Amino acid sequence: MTSEHAVNAPTPSENIVHHLTHLNNIGEKQSSIVDWSVVNYDTLFFSVALGLFTVFLLWLGARKATSGIPGRFQGCVEILVEMVANQAKGVIHSPESRRFVAPLALTVFLWIFFMNAMDLLPVDLLPRLWQTAMNDHHAYLRVVPTADLSATLGMSIGVLLLCFFYNIKIKGAAGWVHELFTAPFGSHPVLWPVNLLMQIIEFAAKTISHGMRLFGNMYAGELVFMLIALMGGAWTVSTMGVTLAVVHVLAGLAWAIFHILIITLQAFIFMMLTLVYIGQAHEGH
Amino acid sequence: MNLNATLFFQLVVFVMLGLFTMKFVWPPIEKALDERAKKIADGLAAADKAKSDLALAEKRAVEELRKARESAGDVRASAERNASQLVEDARAEAANVVAQARQAAEAEADAAAQRAKDELRDQVAMLAIAGAEKILRREINPQAHAELLANLKQELR
Repeated sequence: MTSEHAVNAPTPSENIVHHLTHLNNIGEKQSSIVDWSVVNYDTLFFSVALGLFTVFLLWLGARKATSGIPGRFQGCVEILVEMVANQAKGVIHSPESRRFVAPLALTVFLWIFFMNAMDLLPVDLLPRLWQTAMNDHHAYLRVVPTADLSATLGMSIGVLLLCFFYNIKIKGAAGWVHELFTAPFGSHPVLWPVNLLMQIIEFAAKTISHGMRLFGNMYAGELVFMLIALMGGAWTVSTMGVTLAVVHVLAGLAWAIFHILIITLQAFIFMMLTLVYIGQAHEGH
Repeated sequence: MNLNATLFFQLVVFVMLGLFTMKFVWPPIEKALDERAKKIADGLAAADKAKSDLALAEKRAVEELRKARESAGDVRASAERNASQLVEDARAEAANVVAQARQAAEAEADAAAQRAKDELRDQVAMLAIAGAEKILRREINPQAHAELLANLKQELR
């Protein structure tokens, strides 16, 4: 009686692997860990769409900004701007650099917040809609761009490039090269390779941990939501099945509430680290 | 956990969004915040100034009130002085008038008494002469006895 359905239904692990496969230009799961010929369309679509949404919101707040009594929305945008501006002032002492870095930090904070918040949508909602729209039950779609390592590392490498830019801008190319070879251990020629190696490790560690931290948190969060969804997905009219459904609701609720904290915190941490790393680029060792 | 070319696109989007915010979002908000801060600072300064102005005005009002009270006292004192002066003058004048009137009345009374005395003296003289005529049963010649009469008159004085 249940044979046909049972045969076609994916196993839990298949289901999760399916959920974790990107919609990309090759139409299947990327086989090697690094493949520069592959592009994840879903990550790009959601990150660009949410990025535009972010700057549109900010622009709405800024469009009619008045020095008189602000509306609630303007007040909200002002609170964010003030918060980021204060953090930036504490970390970056050059007003010239703050003119770009502070707005960037604000955008990054909101953008990452919205990308993380995609995690709060029901895990099956957008993928199922997409499969229906494509009329293909195996169409892939992942909706949380920050759970894609390419996206988070892309942003952290952006921060790294900005660090290089400000290092050169503030210290001059020669000054920075001098620092690369003489800091942190000293200017004795014997120490030059050690210093350079240390600097390379430092930059690499900063950048990779910056991107990995956000990715790891969001990926794990997404995975937990999928596991919770499996319980509800397995519900039947039986004691066991009803228990599963109840636990799904309770666990999903608890994890979603906790996740509100995580998505905000991770967005804030990413923003703060962006400011701190660029601030460090302004200071000599 | 895969890495692919999405990374480069994400990097570009990252920088472009930052540039957009720098160009179109941050400056108007920053400007509004700065202007509002300035407005509030100005408002507070104006309030402080108004407060000190008020204190100054109150002090001046008290001073003016004190001066007015003082000058009112002066005016009252001088008015009282004038009034008592006037009363004094009037009293003196009244006394004067009374004294004059009394003097005139006395003089008149004296004159009247003198006239009455004179008249009485004449009549007494006449009476005496008439008496003497009767006594002497003869007529005394007034011309012949004028000296005698005058002497008599003198004695009666």
